Amino acid sequence: MPVKVANEWLNSCSGCEIAILNLGETLLDLLPQIEFVHIPVLMDHKHYGQLGEKREIDIPKATVGLLSGGLRNEEHLEVAHEMRKKCDILIALGTCATHGGIPALINSFTNDEFLEYYYSTDSTEPGAKIPDQGISPLLDRCYALDEKIDVDIYLPGCPPHPDQIATAILALLNGETPDLPFKSVCDTCPAIRKGKGNITTIKRFTENPEYDPDKGIDEMRCLLEQGYLCAGPVTRAGCAGNDGDAPRCISARVPCRGCYGPVRQDGNQLLDMLNALASNGIDITSIPDRSSLLRFSGAHNRLVPSIKGDK
Amino acid sequence: MGKTIHISPLSRIEGHANIDIQLDDNGEVASATTHFNSIRGFEKYVQGKPAEEVTRIVTRICGICPWHHHLSSTKAVDACFGANVAPAGHMLRECMQNMAHINDKILHFYFLAAPDFIMGPDADYKVRNVIGIAQAAPELAKKVIKMRQLGQMMMEKFAGKVIHPIAAVPGGFSKPMSDSQRKELIESTKTLLDFATFSMAHAKENIFPAYMDDVTTLGSITTGFIGTVDYHGALNFYDGNIRLMMIDGSFQDFNDADYLDYIAEHVEPTSYGKFPYAKSWNQGFSMDIDNPKGVYRSNCLARLNTCDHISTPLAQAELEAFREQFGRPAQHTLLYHWARLIELVYACEKTLELLMDTAICGKETRFEVSPKAGRGVGHVEAPRGTLIHDYTTDENGLIEKANMIVGTTHNLAPISMSVEQSAKMLIKDGHVDETILNKVEMSVRAYDP
Repeated sequence: MPVKVANEWLNSCSGCEIAILNLGETLLDLLPQIEFVHIPVLMDHKHYGQLGEKREIDIPKATVGLLSGGLRNEEHLEVAHEMRKKCDILIALGTCATHGGIPALINSFTNDEFLEYYYSTDSTEPGAKIPDQGISPLLDRCYALDEKIDVDIYLPGCPPHPDQIATAILALLNGETPDLPFKSVCDTCPAIRKGKGNITTIKRFTENPEYDPDKGIDEMRCLLEQGYLCAGPVTRAGCAGNDGDAPRCISARVPCRGCYGPVRQDGNQLLDMLNALASNGIDITSIPDRSSLLRFSGAHNRLVPSIKGDK
Repeated sequence: MGKTIHISPLSRIEGHANIDIQLDDNGEVASATTHFNSIRGFEKYVQGKPAEEVTRIVTRICGICPWHHHLSSTKAVDACFGANVAPAGHMLRECMQNMAHINDKILHFYFLAAPDFIMGPDADYKVRNVIGIAQAAPELAKKVIKMRQLGQMMMEKFAGKVIHPIAAVPGGFSKPMSDSQRKELIESTKTLLDFATFSMAHAKENIFPAYMDDVTTLGSITTGFIGTVDYHGALNFYDGNIRLMMIDGSFQDFNDADYLDYIAEHVEPTSYGKFPYAKSWNQGFSMDIDNPKGVYRSNCLARLNTCDHISTPLAQAELEAFREQFGRPAQHTLLYHWARLIELVYACEKTLELLMDTAICGKETRFEVSPKAGRGVGHVEAPRGTLIHDYTTDENGLIEKANMIVGTTHNLAPISMSVEQSAKMLIKDGHVDETILNKVEMSVRAYDP
């Protein structure tokens, strides 16, 4: 009997679902073993019945639930509760679901501040009223899933690498708990670290680091040691998949910005990074926007309107 | 009042929307409202961020078209900082822009839209999807999945990340392309071009003819169009003027920096998403399906209508045949799928053209830039339409003000109108079944996943 799988996307961009599709032929190989019962990106199962006649959201029962995106409005909350009720094992898929992700940057502002701004941009008709009919009211902020419902497995990543999605699904098909890495990005980065340098301030990424494009990452000096802010030390590894490649951003010679969230689920990328920099004698006031260190993990009350000023 | 039908979620599209259809006592459609239910606030939370960081934040607006946000944003930051772009960096960006279109069109046509045509709009929802196609036509499904994967991985391998990219940077591109990478990418792109021409021929022979009645009626509305053309009037996804075409086919060309003179956004109480319209037509805004005002459409059909010609030979031949059959501007909504395949051919040809020029392997891919105060507008053609990022920076190069009009947003009014048109056409005497409701959704899927 194939294992039933349900997927929903909440306050998300659909990147996690595209990562599922990026399994490519692996997905084809998995198909005989799984049966999607609800996955809006691919199939037309409806919340309110196929003829739209029901009054309450109804998602079919599934063994595995993949839930991407954080919680931003009441509909998200309703769908998340229904998924929790109907799925035996619920996976928080992607960094929005595990830590709020980029959309949790909104937690630096109140809803009023944000809505007033959005409905009065230069291109918006003057005097526009904020929409309020037939759309789901906003929650007070953007939440990670486990702030409102129980989560069984955390699969961070923006988006998670397809290898890890496959690892998780295959483990669950075999009745096992997925074994996901708890290393930092630095632990998997082949760049040369000498552990010493004369860096006292952080450079902005408006110029390229030094490297020889004809040589591998293992012959490039660590970007942090070159003075570029790189969130590798405080970010969970995994973006390169299972093949042992260099972290994805580093492979493009660009510093890590922390998209897998903290190394440990309850870690704090901002505090950990500031500690790491300060203990190496680096002036943390040289970072132009420190709250950006929580760019991917601003849920769980880590970003609140009162710290929006940053400096 | 009669019953209300909730279609939620709209499926096999990207994004979060639902439809409420209200029937009257006689079972006729009294109203059909599309609610665009997603609001995240990028315009607000990029405020205070260093502009060069914003180019890798706004990718999360859309996981299907992150490259286009990345590139449009990078162009806006270039303009804020007064940056010159290294020639090889410019070519690499344009190459990535076209490659990303290839993958998107395969995804949209085969994964999201084709189940309605290959399995049929009346097929059970449990098989009316790409998984159903994998069972019914395993060879085709395998080929499609392989081709999309090839396109995605060739980008990831070269540029680090394919979903939520990072390699475009103010002043250029973060890394050069080696000659061996170039040759490898040429081979992959040739394979994709073969697949594109196969798809075009296959659809013209086996798919579109069977649905010509739907093509000419479903979701049909009459509007203007928007798209980007180069300085010779040819279709271009990366650079050029924005062309706004009126219903009669006449048009205005303008520079993206002047977009506020041509486009405004209307707010409806029923959707978080705003509704752009042609301010420069001076007619105001109305979604009345019989007498729309200010409404224009974006995305592939719009681009094929607005351009004078296509600069690559195979796509140009397809455009000529298309125009001969459907005229210019072509208005039928389901023709978006046909136009999408012509653009798939173009994106492959254009990518090949860029890769064949060895200048793309230039070692200097990025000029150094200095953060400063300025205003910059950047635009590209995202698969769903003209994508505009408009930033103002302070003296430290931090974002003070931001406005974004994304591709799909241009189509919110036309999508709403097509939904109303198809619901009114299909629902009679209170008779509603799954096929009818799926056909209403098909009028959305033409525009947008």
